[in-house]
Amino acid sequence: MVNIIWALMAIIGVIYAMINGTMDQVNKALFKSADEAVTISIGLISILVFWLGIMKVAEKAGILHMLARIFRPVVLKLFPDIPKDHPAIGYILSNFTANMFGLGNAATPMGIKAMEQMKQLSGTDTASRSMITFLALNTSSLTIIPTTVIAIRMHYNSASPTEIVGTTIVATVISTLGAIVLDRFFHYRSLRRE
Amino acid sequence: MAVISLISTWLIPCFILLVLIVASWKRIPTYEIFVEGGKEGVKMAFTLLPFLVGMIVSISILRASGALDAFVGLLSPLLSYFGVPPDIVPLALVRPISGTAALGVTTEIIDSYGPDSFVGRLASTMQGSTDTTLYILTVYFGAVGIKKMRYALKVGLLADLIGIIASIVIVTIIFGQS
Repeated sequence: MVNIIWALMAIIGVIYAMINGTMDQVNKALFKSADEAVTISIGLISILVFWLGIMKVAEKAGILHMLARIFRPVVLKLFPDIPKDHPAIGYILSNFTANMFGLGNAATPMGIKAMEQMKQLSGTDTASRSMITFLALNTSSLTIIPTTVIAIRMHYNSASPTEIVGTTIVATVISTLGAIVLDRFFHYRSLRRE
Repeated sequence: MAVISLISTWLIPCFILLVLIVASWKRIPTYEIFVEGGKEGVKMAFTLLPFLVGMIVSISILRASGALDAFVGLLSPLLSYFGVPPDIVPLALVRPISGTAALGVTTEIIDSYGPDSFVGRLASTMQGSTDTTLYILTVYFGAVGIKKMRYALKVGLLADLIGIIASIVIVTIIFGQS
């Protein structure tokens, strides 16, 4: 899917430039934007190093663990099919807390572990109710602090790079609540059909 | 409204404060751990590099040729009717499909319109507030061998749509459409 979109954008661009007579601009944009992309990736190092460093300290200090304890009752409510002391709950909590702080790389292995545990519970190759709830929450994003976006805004000299943190949190909360409601709706609808 | 901008400026410094106080209290070697964690950041930035180059160049070609503006112009009467800025369409289309691709599109939008423009703020918010549905479904279901996804894709994509609409509404309310 990404492959098609990526190739199509360039293909359409070049063909359109032939007809429109904008080949000159396309040529310039090609090299200028490649250059720009490298500068940005390098520029991202500053924020990523700082943030991942702080997060490592937070993890060692047990702050992520503290948060996991706070969210535990909520997660138990969201996943009624998983027994209270099942290891799946722990993995789900680690995945959620890592996601909240933009630690995508740490979140994914935890998420896969959670899925493995949930698969053992269901024992089939059909997605279980808990799995879908878990993925719905992940796809709606749980990010509280969008570090990469802040870094990009800094790079382009924003007057206030962090001003979007508040709007991001509000939008995230709405999309997450939406995901929970949709997940419940489709679950009960599928029960009625069976 | 004031609360939201207050959170925006205070959240990160206060979080750092909390982390460092708790860690020092527990006698954790903060600086050493910080450096250890920071190394991952260098790796991550270099991993992102080829993704960003590929996506930003491709969308730049589309924009420089004039095709993107033509496409956006075509949609604009319909979208303006609903209060949707047409310039955000490329991001809304790519966001559920690929995270790194969306980051490339976000960067390109911020570059073209400025980080403090309405579209720049909207792209920033949208990038943070939804995640890559198709990628997440592929990775997680693929990793444990789930073949029947049932209603998972429907829920994921509809949640993305809610996130996109929520971003537009909240950014319009907080910053105003200008």
